[in-house]
Order: sequence, then C-alpha cells, then structure tokens
Amino acid sequence: MSQFLDRLTFFRKNVETFSDGHGVVTREDRSWEDGYRKRWQHDKIVRSTHGVNCTGSCSWKIYVKGGIVTWETQQTDYPRTRPDLPNHEPRGCSRGASYSWYLYSGARVKYPMVRGRLLKLWRAARKTLSPVAAWASIVEDEASRKSYTSIRGHGGFVRVTWDEVTELIAAANAYTIRRHGPDRVIGFSPIPAMSMVSYAAGSRYLSLIGGVCMSFYDWYCDLPPASPQTWGEQTDVPESADWYNAGFIIVWGSNVPQTRTPDAHFYTEVRYKGTKSAVVSPDYAEATKFADIWLNPKQGTDAALALAMGHVILKEYYLQRTVPYFADYARRYTDMPFLVRLTARDGRYVPERLLRASELPGALGETNNPEWKTVAIDEISGELVAPLGSVGYRWGESAHWNLEEKDGRGRDIRLKLTLAGDGAEIAPVDFPYFGGRASEHFVATEHGEILGRNVPVRTIAVADGTAIKVATVHDLMMASYGIDRGFGGGNVAASYDDDVPFTPAWAERITGVKREAIITVAREFATNAEKTNGRSMIIIGAGMNHWYHMDMGYRGVINLLVFCGAVGQSGGGWSHYVGQEKLRPQTGWTPLAFALDWARPPRHQNSTSFFYAHTDQWRYETLTANEVLSPTAPEGDWQASFIDYNVRAERMGWLPSAPQMKQNSLDLAARASAAGMEAKDYVARGLKSGELELSCHDPDDPANWPRNMFVWRSNLLGSSGKGHEYFLKHLLGTKHGVMGKDLGAEGRVRNREVAWHDEAPEGKLDLLVTLDFRMSTTCVYSDVVLPTATWYEKNDLNTSDMHPFIHPLSAAVDPVWEARSDWEIYKGIAKAFSAVAPEVLGVEKDVVLTPIQHDTPGEMAQTFDVADWKRGEVEPIPGRTMPAVSVVTRDYPNTYARFTALGPLMSEIGNGGKGIAWKTQREVEALGALNGVHHDGAAKGLPKIDTDIDATEVILMLAPETNGEVAVRAWEALSKATGRHHAHLAIPKEDEKIRFRDIQAQPRKIISSPTWSGIESEKVCYNAGYTNVHELIPWRTLTGRQQLYQDHLWMRAFGEGFVTWKPPVDLKTIAAVKDKKPNGNREIVLNFITPHQKWGIHSTYTDNLLMLTLNRGGPVVWISETDAKAAGIVDNDWVEVFNSNGALTARAVVSQRVKPGMMLMYHAQEKIVNTPGSEMTGNRGGIHNSVTRTVLKPTHMIGGYAQQSYGFNYYGTVGSNRDEFIVVRKMANVDWLEAPLAAAE
Amino acid sequence: MMSEAINSALFGWYPYLCLTVFLFGSLFRFDREQYTWKSGSSQLLRRSQLRWGSNLFHVGILAIFAGHFVGLLTPIWVFDMLGVSHGFKQGLAITVGGLAGIACFIGITLLAHRRLFDPRIRATSSVGDIAVLLILWVQLTLGLSTIFVSLNHMDGHEMVKFMNWAQGILTLQPSAAAYVADVNPIFKAHLLLGMTIFLIFPFTRLVHIWSAPIWYLGRRGYQVVRTRYTAPRGLRARRQPAE
Repeated sequence: MSQFLDRLTFFRKNVETFSDGHGVVTREDRSWEDGYRKRWQHDKIVRSTHGVNCTGSCSWKIYVKGGIVTWETQQTDYPRTRPDLPNHEPRGCSRGASYSWYLYSGARVKYPMVRGRLLKLWRAARKTLSPVAAWASIVEDEASRKSYTSIRGHGGFVRVTWDEVTELIAAANAYTIRRHGPDRVIGFSPIPAMSMVSYAAGSRYLSLIGGVCMSFYDWYCDLPPASPQTWGEQTDVPESADWYNAGFIIVWGSNVPQTRTPDAHFYTEVRYKGTKSAVVSPDYAEATKFADIWLNPKQGTDAALALAMGHVILKEYYLQRTVPYFADYARRYTDMPFLVRLTARDGRYVPERLLRASELPGALGETNNPEWKTVAIDEISGELVAPLGSVGYRWGESAHWNLEEKDGRGRDIRLKLTLAGDGAEIAPVDFPYFGGRASEHFVATEHGEILGRNVPVRTIAVADGTAIKVATVHDLMMASYGIDRGFGGGNVAASYDDDVPFTPAWAERITGVKREAIITVAREFATNAEKTNGRSMIIIGAGMNHWYHMDMGYRGVINLLVFCGAVGQSGGGWSHYVGQEKLRPQTGWTPLAFALDWARPPRHQNSTSFFYAHTDQWRYETLTANEVLSPTAPEGDWQASFIDYNVRAERMGWLPSAPQMKQNSLDLAARASAAGMEAKDYVARGLKSGELELSCHDPDDPANWPRNMFVWRSNLLGSSGKGHEYFLKHLLGTKHGVMGKDLGAEGRVRNREVAWHDEAPEGKLDLLVTLDFRMSTTCVYSDVVLPTATWYEKNDLNTSDMHPFIHPLSAAVDPVWEARSDWEIYKGIAKAFSAVAPEVLGVEKDVVLTPIQHDTPGEMAQTFDVADWKRGEVEPIPGRTMPAVSVVTRDYPNTYARFTALGPLMSEIGNGGKGIAWKTQREVEALGALNGVHHDGAAKGLPKIDTDIDATEVILMLAPETNGEVAVRAWEALSKATGRHHAHLAIPKEDEKIRFRDIQAQPRKIISSPTWSGIESEKVCYNAGYTNVHELIPWRTLTGRQQLYQDHLWMRAFGEGFVTWKPPVDLKTIAAVKDKKPNGNREIVLNFITPHQKWGIHSTYTDNLLMLTLNRGGPVVWISETDAKAAGIVDNDWVEVFNSNGALTARAVVSQRVKPGMMLMYHAQEKIVNTPGSEMTGNRGGIHNSVTRTVLKPTHMIGGYAQQSYGFNYYGTVGSNRDEFIVVRKMANVDWLEAPLAAAE
Repeated sequence: MMSEAINSALFGWYPYLCLTVFLFGSLFRFDREQYTWKSGSSQLLRRSQLRWGSNLFHVGILAIFAGHFVGLLTPIWVFDMLGVSHGFKQGLAITVGGLAGIACFIGITLLAHRRLFDPRIRATSSVGDIAVLLILWVQLTLGLSTIFVSLNHMDGHEMVKFMNWAQGILTLQPSAAAYVADVNPIFKAHLLLGMTIFLIFPFTRLVHIWSAPIWYLGRRGYQVVRTRYTAPRGLRARRQPAE
C-alpha cells in the first residue's frame, strides 16, 4: 500500500537468528523485486529472423509480452556440426538485436498513405467516373499530373483506407496496361532470399499482369561478372563454416567482423588452428586486426596486386618447377590446355577466339554442335581432340557433358598444357596494356599501349585448307603475366625487381605495397595449397567489386585460386560475400514468384541498364568507349556511346529491355493474326521494316516511359539508387541536386542509336508505390505508401549462403495498426485489380520479348561473330539474332483467382532450373492435399495459395533443397546430360520433406541439389565448385571448365581476353564544380568510397535510435588526418561533399584509420535523419548516391554466347560507383531548411 | 535592520514551509518514486577525487551535522546542569566545527570540481545534482565565515540566541524569530540557506540521508536471510513449479 507505512508495520524486521546469532532472518517487504522479475517475464517466444539485406540469416527468439514485442535474443538451437568443427551459433549482431525498436517507433508506417494532392484529384474524379476513367483523367491532364509529381519528397501525405488505395493502384495499373502496355508496370524488390514470400507476392502479381520484375544483384554491383564469365555461375561460395577448413586465408576488400558479424567467429577460430591470414585493405578496417600480414594497396589497385601475386605463383609453381597437383588441376578443370587462334596483324599476332571442332577437317568427327566444342591437344595421341564437357556436348546429345578425361569419340585423353619444348615454333603475340591511362590520382606507368611477348605456337591446318597459328591458354597466360620463359623478346621479367608488367616491383609502384610482402603472401598462399591440395581461400567483397573494372580485380584473384587448385576444394576457393544471399530453395520459389504456374515466360529486366536509360543518366555520360577500348581491338565500329552499346545488346537479344516495344504488346498479337502471321515472324518483320520499334531506341519518348512502379523490401531512393539526383530529376520530376549539364547543353551528343531530345523529360512515373514498415527515404518520395508487416509480424522463409540452414520468419504478433504482410497487400491489390480490370481489360494476348537465356540451348545462338540485324548484317531471327518472342495469354479479370492458386503448368510442363527439368505432378497433388483446393471459380481444382504459410509450403514442396524426393529426381535429370550417377548425393534423404512448421521448430539443413555446385554432407562443408571437381559436372561455360580466357569479340575489343591491369576510370565530375561556388573554406578532392557500415545494414538501422546512439546520430563521412588538416576540417565538423552529380552533407569523422586520398562514407545512411541543407544545391543534403552516377561497361552486355548469356541477376551491366571523386569542404552555414515548402497548402 | 515583518516571515514562518515540504515531500517521494530513491553515485564514471573528496566531505558534514543537532537542539538547562559554560561550548563548537568544516570544505571542493569539469560526469548530471552541490558549498563557506564573526564575542550569548530560536521553532513558536532579529547578516544568510536546503531536500539526491544504513553499526548477523517471498497473484501463476 504505502512503502513507508509497510516498513513501519515491519518495524521489527529481524524475526529469527541462526548460527549463534551470526545469521539473521529478516521479514521485510520484497514486492520491489517484482519490478525486476517482470522486466524479463514474457508470454511467449516466437522464432523469426531479420529479412534485411544481409547474409546473416540468423535465428532469433522474439519475446512477446501483453501482445507487444518486447525484445529479441539469439537462438542457440542450430543442429550441431560434426565433431571437430565449431558450431554455428550464436548468430546475430547488435543490429538484429535492436530490430524490435522499429515496431512501435515513430519511424513506423502505420496507415496506408497517399500524397494529398493526388488523393484530392482521385476523389474528385471518382465522384463522376469509373476507376480507370478516373485515373485517365488525372494523368492525361499534364497540369494535374504535375501537381503531385513535382512535389514528391516534400511531405503532404494523408491517410486513406485500404479499399480506396488498392482501387487507386489497380486503376492505375489497368489504365497503364491498356494505354501503354503491361511492361510499363515495373516492380523493384531485391534479394528474395531475405523473405521469399514477400518478394514473391509482388513479383507474382506483376508477372500475372505482365509487369516487369527488376534485377538487383547487378544493380547493387554485388554481382561479380567475373563469376559468370569464369564459371557460368551467378555466384556460388563456401559457407562460413568452411573457413574453418582453410589453411591460408586472404581477406581481400571484405570486412568480415563488421559486415559478416555472425560468421566472423569461424575466422577467429581457424586461426587458433594455425591458419595464417593476410588482409588486403587500403584502410585499417576492422578485419585487419585478424591479419598476420596487412597489405594496404591504394584503393582501386587490387588487380595490380593480384597480377603480381599471379606472376610469382606462375613463375615458381608452374615454370621453375611443376607442382603435380596444380598441373593436374589446370589440365582437368581449367581452359588452360585449350587452343586459341592467333590472328596475324602487322606481322605479329593477337589472341583471337578459342579454336572449335567445326573449324578442323571433319570437325573431329563431331556432328552435334561442333562449333561449340573447343579443342586441345592430347598428350597421349598427340592429336587435336574435342574433350567432353564443352557447351556443345550439353545440348542436343546426352551423357557426354562431363569432365571425364575423354574426347567425343570415347578415347582416353590427357590434355597438353603447353606447346613449349621440342623445338616449338615461337611467335610474337601482342597484349594490350592500360596502365599508362591512369588519371592524375593514380600511378600511370610508361610501358606502351601494346606489349609484345614471345609465345610457343603451333601451325595447324583448318577445314578450309588454310593454316593458322594456335597457342594454348596456358602459354598465352604465362606471356600475359610477363614471365620470362627463355623465348626471347621483350616485356618479360627474369627478376621480380624488373619494372615490367606484372612483376611485384611493377605492382609496388602502382599499389604502394612492398614487393617483398607481395612475394611472401603469394608464396605462402601457393605453398599452403600445394601441401593441402587446395585449402587456400580468398574472402572477397565489395571493396573490390564496386569498381568499374571490378572484373580485373576479381579475375586476378580467381586466377590465383585456380592456379593453386583451390576452387572446388574443401577449405579453399573464392568466397565472395556481398549481397549474394543464397536463395537455397530457388527452383521451388521461381514458379511461385514469377507465376510460371500460369504463364511463361515472365518479364525480367536488368536494372542497371533500365535506370541508366530511364533516369537519363546516359544524357550526362562523361566516359567514352575510347578510354576503355583495347589498342589491340579487332577492326570494328567501337566508337559508340555506352547507351548505344546497350541498345545493340538489347536488339541482338543479349540483354532484356523494358519497356519492350514502343507499341503496346497487347495489340501486337492481334495485329499479327490480322496480318496472318505468327507473332514472332510479325515482330521480326516489323522491327526490320521499322514499322515496329524497340523502346530502347528512344527512352525519352513518352510512349516508352515506365509509368507505374512498385518498390517493396527496398529503399531504392535512399540506398541503391546510383545517380540519386538523376532519379529525382528525370524519373520522379521533383527537386534535385544535379549540377552538371547534359551532353546536349555541352554540345557533345555522341549517341547514334538512341534518339536525342533537347528537352529531357522530368517525371516519367505516373505512380510510385512503396511498401515498407518504416518511413524510409523511398517512402518519402512515393505517391502511395503502404504499411507492411515487420519481420516479426509475418510468415516467410529466409536462407543465406553463409550457412546451410533454412529459417522461418514467423508472426510473433499480428501486424500493428493497419499494417499487412506483403502477401496480403499484393493479394489485396490483385483482388482490387480483378474488380477494376474488366472496365478496359479482358482475356488478352500479350507478346513478350525475352533475351537469349543462359542454361538453355539458346546460349549457343551466336557462334563466332557479332552480327546486328539492324545494320543488315544478319536477318532478325527471334531467339537467335534478336530477342525471343512469345505470346502469353493473360486473364486479367481472374488475376486474383490465379494469384491464390497454383496454376496448371506445374502439372503440364513441370519444373526445373539451370538447364535441367523434372516433373512435379506428385508435388502438386501433395500441395492440394496440404493447402486444400479451390472448389469453384477460375482456379477450380487447383491447390490453394491463400495465406503466406500456404505460399511457403509451395516453395518447400517444389524445391529439391527441401523435398528429398524432388532432389533425387533433379539429380537424375542431370545424370541424363552428364552420363554419370549423381543421385547418391540425395538418396539418403529421399524421404525427407521439410515443412514450414519444421523450420519453426528448428532451423533445418537443406538437401544437396544440382541447382548448386556444393553439397550438404557430414564430411565436408558446403563449398562452391565441389561437384564440378568431385562429381565431374562441367562448369556451365563454353569449355565446360573454369574459363580464364574470355574469347568473345567484345571481351577482346575491350582488352579483357586475359585479366590485365585497368586503372580506375576518370569520370570528370570535378572541374565543373570545384571552386565555382566558394563558401570561404578550402576545397579538396578525394576518392569517394562507400563501404558497408557498422551501425546499419544498408539503410535499415541507420534510422534506428539505438544504432544512431552508438554512432554520431546521423550521416558521417570518414577522412584521414592528413586530408582533414589540408582542408581545415576537425572531427565532427559539418562538411559538404559534392561533384557535378549532386551534393550531400554530413559530419566528418577524422581518423588515422583512413588512407589519405580517400573518403569513406558508409553506404546508405538515411537522409531523413539529421541531414541539413546543402550550400551548393539549396536542397537537403543527399544520400551517398547523390554524388554518383551509373556508368555501363560494354563487356557486361554480351549475350547469346555460352556463359555470357543473359540470366536474371546472373549477368548484365552492373552499377559500379567507386571510381567517383568528390570535392569536400567544411560548411560555412548549416541550414536545416525548416521553413515550410512554398508550394505547401 | 530588517523590518520585523520580514524577519518574522523568514525566521518564523519560512522554517515551517521548509520543514513541511521536507517531511511530506520525502514521504511522498519515498512512497511513489522508489526507483529514484538513491544517492546517485558517479563512482562508476570516474574514481579519482572520489575517495578523498567523498570521505572528507562525508566525515566533515556528519560531524557538523552532529554538532548542529546537539548544539542547537539540546535544551540550555541541560548544559547548565552539566556545568558547561556557554563560552566553553562556543569554543568547542568553533574548534571542532572549524576542523570538520575545513575537512568538509576540501572534500566538497574536490567533488564540485569533479562534477563540473569531468565531461562524462557533467553530461550525466542533472541540474539538481549540480545545484545541491553548489548550494552546500556556499552554505559551508557561509558557515565557516561565521567563525570569524563568532571570534569577536566569545561569551556564547549569540549562540544562545540560535539555540533559543531553533528550539522555539521546533516547539511550534513562530515568535522565536525575534531571537535572531539582530544577529549578524552572515548568520542570517547561513540560516536562510540552511532552511532552503530542507526545502529542496525531497527533490534531490539528498534523500539518501534518510536511508543512511546506520543499523549496520549495530547489526548482529553477518548473513542476512529473507523470509520466503509470496508473489502477488498475477506473478505467482508464472512461477514454476509451485512450492
């Protein structure tokens, strides 16, 4: 009752004594203890995880008390690892532990919201008009459209009901489909692995209506194009537990303890086992404290470092002595024995493409795809042979696509690595050298543009009777690395101290790393691999991959691993950890996500090219092809702008294109049948005649604009939107900070394929809809914001490549306020759409274009040369010389019925992935029994997918990784191609079926599946390339081996046949702004580096109060003490960072950790928190991407060519951003821009 | 000379305001705000200066407190009966009080310096934390300076005025204010500030004085065992298994 009176009552509190009076028993009020007891009491614990853009995938206990999520702690019940291997847990970091803050925070989006001006227009129109007509009346009136698009990002949201907002969205979608075409409805959502059902919800809706799903991995620049180039694999890497099996680890441009926090313990633990570690990082990053040796190259020069290490390894382990393990590995698992044609040029030679069986007399007896069977020399017979495993063996025949040492005629062979010896012919071969092109910020060396080197060659007779010279990839590689093999000639080094590319002495000049350190690390790395059969590992990440020439750094590193036989070996290999969250049950998920159960193919688009075109960043391009073109480029028309290259790639069927055609794709089928033609012939003819036009030729024509856009599970505008200010200006049409002039204004228009409009469009999107649980930067710029469930309020699936377990997200509480799960939101939109659509849409035929796909026979479409139908070099043939053309039937009024049912194609066609296919009839029946079936309507008799849990069951049932029966079937399907028995990898788990409730009980380890190149086993950890090496399944490349030589014409034109050193490109963004608008403080120029951060995962958590409290409470940039002194900046000063792309404001962290010459800005700090106005632009300071702009690289556009064929999130242009330089200066006037917007009402 | 009305308000009625707030404020806070009932030590943030500062301060102030308590509230006839002359008593008070005062002064100066100039302690201090320390510092300074006044009249008659006043106030006679009407202003300032300390007492960390664990001095057992706790119903249901 009363604390005071209660104590008076017990005035005599001592009631008893014991132990001769030494002890006393007291009676006093103990109710105060309940305060502490209640603090940790809870009603239940639910297992969930964080569906954030992070590879953690950590199992968490979510505590609920009185209906409120109170806190979370790490789960510690992972299945145990085998003896002698540390367990996985505890997984989880401070970021995850702070997540529950979001649920009830001020940042939470609680109600559906619409931009006020838009809602007024909508309500006024709806008084008299039907939904689609109402939407038409708004967007067809330029003034009313502009009234809301021009104030995006400036507040003015009002609450609205779910019914009203879904009708508005549905009407916009229906109008857009009817008026412009379904491919004008765009959806962006990244990384399905982080919450598969949520991703699938939106992509299923979009795929059903014919909308476009955008890629993310390439756009984020986390996709390493070197991986598909080398392995024909998007990215496959060892799980973190495999670090524990390594004998030597190089951590290269990856900050393991900071960005892979739950996995870092394996790195710590393996060092107790005696494993040595080198860390390569320009700054003193957290990971460097793990290093036995720290190499700190100048940022952006990693390729030079890798090349010098490769030089040491090739010289000491291939030339000076032969390591049997390395030589055997090179012979069997790499393209090094394969023969390359040499073209004569001015009496010298240039490496051309790989020799094919079709070019030899009798095609070496090969009749099926001889032009896709690569050739080598057999040591046993001394003859030219076409070894099994190349892509030509993959399609059109069976049982020959494997890595057995046999040729197409069944003979045992042993491939010859070198043509040297026995009085071999020696020929001078030219290699391009780009090291002289470095900008003022990097070291340029004077070695000439072309380096001629002597190479052993052989002259052979080809089918047409002529003689050509060939050399092995191995011999060319040795020459390319500048190794002196005693063949005479120049540009080779006998000593490591020679200043010849690519010696350690040469690298020391460029990187600043001492040659002795380079030699030591290379030797120890290789010696360890020699002694352990390949247990040398390189952990690699964004620090290297975000550069324009990331392929060079990556291929330099991959070469080290391949030279040492480390790829595909337990404890060895290439561990690329950035953004590559592995969607383990991928083939179970794909049908759900892209509605393949109802219609195929779906529309996919590579985002980098899309945003480059549609945010008009191409109009500001400063880099020319000439600057990156090889001096040894074959004859050809290379003087084009990058948007031109992209357009060529799109029309040749290499890259996807969205929107696809200027004409509405719903009209084309009808026009084709009116013309009495098949749609594909009609489209090909129309394109050739010019009657039809691909949208990519004129991205600024209103007919080709993207019109509706959905963003979910993403903070596109606050995080990944490279060229943020261009997004604001051109895609959204609102206030922006672009300071540069476009090429038109500068009189430098260079594009030839793409139409130029003097007036660039501003505000292409009619409607931007964002689903989020927090008011992110993207939400702030949207027209509609929908409150979605948090990761503790929905049921979903989550996997990672860092461990082999599959996790649930579970609803600990129902979504609070009016939030709904992504599944329910899109289901609701689908329902509204079905109600609205009949006003303008019925059952429609939709003509869909798709690029030539990897892992299909189409990857053999374009054999030797690049031929462009538009220039009359070849006929437009859909699927061969241009995109494939399909007709898809869309039943628009039944979109909802289709959304909620598993469609008939799963039974009729089946399922598959990565080039193999299997039947799924049994799984469909099982799902019908599990989820129930629809009893009436358009989906009568089909399994239900009503709830998010139903959706998870679809994924789990269909995926080989979670259904043992399917796994066995999938391995057997692969066996048909390889002729080898693989099912033994899954048969022990054939009866296992993982269900949603199973993983809620405990994370479950997935089942080995041919979708992936590693296996789940009690003997080894998951490791990429394992089945290639141990099951002899070819890599999905041209040679079927690890492809170190890239022979496509465009690769050769840009000098990337072999890995070489290409300095960072000069983006020329400084001159236009430096010292142009002085504020009295000194301006200095630094390289702008955006690593992953400590207090957030991308932009998530950087608005979380708990995380903000741990750092400086808002955006910060890190600079070195030296640079800070030069610019008169002291720690915690407000600084402005700018270039012609835009400006941002932040506080400065001055630290000796940072290398002079660079600025670190942790990626994706929200601009909605503690960000003042910019003195340069007058707008609020931007995000890190305010000073960046996307630049395309033509080699990433290649398609229709074995491993260089398009795949969604597999290949394509990537959004690099580290070559950017900025001006930084202390701010004179910190203005918070708190006055109301002038246009406010 | 202060007017009689003001004198009466300040020394006749203000004491009752202060004592009322002191008693009822403390009671209310003790009952309603148990979690705030604490001394608020900053030892965790910085140890240095605390050992000397805190100990000198506390030893000094306890001696001063005891001196004031006994000196002011012991009825005069008790001293007379014991044969302690006023002059002797004053001399004793000046000597002992002066020594304790100097110790206390050194201590509180160390504490104040620490609180004001250690950035971490400063950042975690409330206005009340700083104010109470500075007020005590001023009060101590005033108290010490009264010594110089007292040295001018060593017969103790001034001291008797304060005894009469204090005892009068405690025996509910506001008219006792008249006893101190003509004392040196420095005494008046000391008295007023002293009363004000009672006034702010419940709102500051001074409340820890109420909870000084004096029974430690006479405790018998060194092992303290509490009787079994019976949780309220709501909490009891969750405790497993039942006794």
